[in-house]
Amino acid sequence: MGAALGAAPVRQRVHATERIAHAVLLLVALALLAFLAAPLGAILQQSLQDADGQFAGLKNFVAYARTPALLESLWNSVWVSALVTAVTIPLAFGFAYALARSCMRFKGLARTITLVPLLAPSLLAAISLIYWFGNQGVLKAWLTSLGIEQIYGAPGIVIAEIFSTFPHALMILVTSLAAADARLYEAADAMGTSAARKFFTITLPGAKYGLISAALVTFTLVVTDFGIPKVIGGNFNVLATDVFKLVIGQQDFQRGAVVALLLLAPAVLTFAVDHWVSKKQTAMLTARAVPYVPKPAPWFDGAMSAYCVLICALILAMLGMAVFASFASFWPYNLTPSLRHYAMGLFDAEVGDAFINSLAMAAGTAVVGTMLVFVGAYMLEKTQGLKPLRSLVRLLAMLPMAVPGLVLGLGYIFFFNAPTNPLNGLYHTLTLLTICTVVHFYTTGHLTAVTALKSLDAEFEAVSASLKVPFYKTFWRVTLPICTPALVDIARYFFINAMTTISAVVFLYAPETKVAAIAILNLDEAGEIGAAAAMAILIAAANTVATFVFMGLSWWIDRRTQAWKKR
Amino acid sequence: MRLAEDHVQIVISEVVRAPYLRLQGIRKDFGSFTALKDIDLDIAKGEFVCFLGPSGCGKTTLLRVIAGLEVQTAGRIELAGRDISALPPAGRDYGIVFQSYALFPNLTVAQNVAYGLVNRKVPRAQAAARVAELLALVGLPGSESKFPAQLSGGQQQRIALARALATAPGLLLLDEPLSALDAIVRVKLRQEIRALQRQLGVTTVMVTHDQEEAFAVADRIVVMNQGSIEQVGDAMQVYREPRSLFVADFVGRINVLPAHTVEGGGLRVGRHVFACEHAYAPGRDVRVYLRPEDVLARPIPPGDPNVFDAQIEKIEFMGPYCLVRVSGDALGEHRLTVYLSLNYLAEAQLAVGSRLALRVVPERMRVFE
Repeated sequence: MGAALGAAPVRQRVHATERIAHAVLLLVALALLAFLAAPLGAILQQSLQDADGQFAGLKNFVAYARTPALLESLWNSVWVSALVTAVTIPLAFGFAYALARSCMRFKGLARTITLVPLLAPSLLAAISLIYWFGNQGVLKAWLTSLGIEQIYGAPGIVIAEIFSTFPHALMILVTSLAAADARLYEAADAMGTSAARKFFTITLPGAKYGLISAALVTFTLVVTDFGIPKVIGGNFNVLATDVFKLVIGQQDFQRGAVVALLLLAPAVLTFAVDHWVSKKQTAMLTARAVPYVPKPAPWFDGAMSAYCVLICALILAMLGMAVFASFASFWPYNLTPSLRHYAMGLFDAEVGDAFINSLAMAAGTAVVGTMLVFVGAYMLEKTQGLKPLRSLVRLLAMLPMAVPGLVLGLGYIFFFNAPTNPLNGLYHTLTLLTICTVVHFYTTGHLTAVTALKSLDAEFEAVSASLKVPFYKTFWRVTLPICTPALVDIARYFFINAMTTISAVVFLYAPETKVAAIAILNLDEAGEIGAAAAMAILIAAANTVATFVFMGLSWWIDRRTQAWKKR
Repeated sequence: MRLAEDHVQIVISEVVRAPYLRLQGIRKDFGSFTALKDIDLDIAKGEFVCFLGPSGCGKTTLLRVIAGLEVQTAGRIELAGRDISALPPAGRDYGIVFQSYALFPNLTVAQNVAYGLVNRKVPRAQAAARVAELLALVGLPGSESKFPAQLSGGQQQRIALARALATAPGLLLLDEPLSALDAIVRVKLRQEIRALQRQLGVTTVMVTHDQEEAFAVADRIVVMNQGSIEQVGDAMQVYREPRSLFVADFVGRINVLPAHTVEGGGLRVGRHVFACEHAYAPGRDVRVYLRPEDVLARPIPPGDPNVFDAQIEKIEFMGPYCLVRVSGDALGEHRLTVYLSLNYLAEAQLAVGSRLALRVVPERMRVFE
């Protein structure tokens, strides 16, 4: 068959239904280009321009490096983030170890308590700290006796960030510690290995990638967090607050863009390392591994329980203080419970409207985000053709993980505020806030969807094609019903994060589209810290209700689908 | 009248011989790796063909190319006289069954089987009747309302088979359909698949790495290696007349003996010269392939040049037969593995170290260079 040599390769004709898949994939790609790639490109463009829009090369970067105040912020950001990481990781590792490797009781409760901080905006920890250690704080004297003059500044940021990053680090570490092969420990026991040696030769190496990943995530979260330094930072400047001051305060877009690029750096590094780590991690645990089941050991279990009780008590103290203070009539003079702060926040400061905006945005994010993420992931995983476009969408879907909310928000200003942009009409609308939030949290949803889709039999689409059933019918009748639990998870994730996010939307709101988390910042700025606490508690409460609603939904779906899951 | 009948006979055999599925020059590259090299193959209507080969030989890729799930780099595929080379899967006419069953878990058995019918706007009652008919055909009548998870692996694979046959496709593709099942179910189901295929007369291509399975079901076996077809033939041809070293080695157990051709058509192995017909000139180094069952312990005709003295080195119990490794003074350092029945070993009171005479069946020796 020499004739085949040099002939053009065979190209399969594209079936009509496949064109639909390609069109949908193209739409997803366009959406990600317009709402992710283009804004990021706008930041890069701004950083290379002068105020008149002329190309300036690296002038802005040089100017930045010559501003001592800004360099100090950079240094502050780095050492605070490093310190928080150094404290949070061991704390979280201990807790994760207790959850995964001890026979401690009430593990579920301990886990739940540690996850509660995720339901409130991260600045809630900062507000609580002010009540504990602030100028009128309960334990102010205790703080001064330790030689710390005041909580405002680095001490407050560090402590509050430890609280807010702890759940994130814990989730990663629990996952990596839970994935252990019991056989390794049995083999070690058979050879008479000491507990310490087992820990250093099996446990720690096994959790290595989890530790790397958790440390990088923690560092990135702290570097890019805006709420906590804003509330408790005082005169202590960090990169995230600099961006805000430069862009909103001084309207210096160019240097704001430079700082944004600096913020992007650790996140991009995290993204790259995490990608490398996840590739390594998959090969660690084979299908033949036997899951590790801890054996009771009274002393060890007791010590672990004591440690977890301590951590949980600290978390509850943090949350409890915010709850208590939100109900106190007039801190610290009149502590009788009242709804004064709630009334003040909701009605006088018109946070009520902001709260409704938040709910609308969170619901919108949950619905639009889940649909976009799932359809996008489906097109990537289960359809064929258009290879270059596919790679592009894959890359864009992973990119948001590497983009801090503040940077994304800034990119949105640069891109959508430009009068020449046909999408300019979206600026300041709740729609754009919703889109921005969807993009900000896209990657986690995408990965959840991809995992769910990968767990389906890879041949469903081939079977459908052989039966001449178009892919969308199989999507509707088979793929979607099987993936509903994952869809509920994704929707819950979007909803809760949309309720608490500050950084992505802080640049984008107009007075009538202000969301609750931003309103809290404004209340705090106005000195209404009681009302700020009340509103933060209200967000946490709304998220708790939402969590129960989503749990109920999962339960209901599970019951409806039990017929075909039962063996 | 006789003449007319003869004529009809001829016409029928012509029709039968016209290939139903024709592959011409199929080539498939994955990057720099060539998975299929210029595959030419004709499959007649109603034939049951097995693609047999070790993992990575390209057999599954070839099946997927036929299905349109992979696109060949070059080559032409004809199905029922129609060029389907560039058609997407939905434009071809086949049913397919995968190793993983690929049943839709959230749909009932009936919904699974009717999946392709619903799309063709078959009236509901007619579809239900067809489902019942197919379920009876695969031996699972009345299981319409069950879900796949409630069935065993073998039952699930029958449902997958029913689903693939529901739309009465002209071609049935089976991708290692039995590999996920345990041994007993596997043997039972392969017999049923064969019977069903005979009954329906549907042209069938099955991919398998299990030679026993291929022997049991196939009209013709296509032995593949490294992206090429090594041999096409029925079970007996592939087993008895392997065309290449690879086929001889891959199919069944075999002894490989280095030999030297001698004057007068013989083969010298060690010091012994076997009388054997082959096409090689004297003085060549060759290799002799000999199956264990082609070395006999009885009868031993006196004076036969193919008889040699052997000594038992090892006996491996296999059930009714034992795998016996023997050495022979005349064979030098070479060892032969032969089958001896358990009864014979007992009768002749043979054990490790025993001596016995063995005879090689000369026409079964396959000589390769």
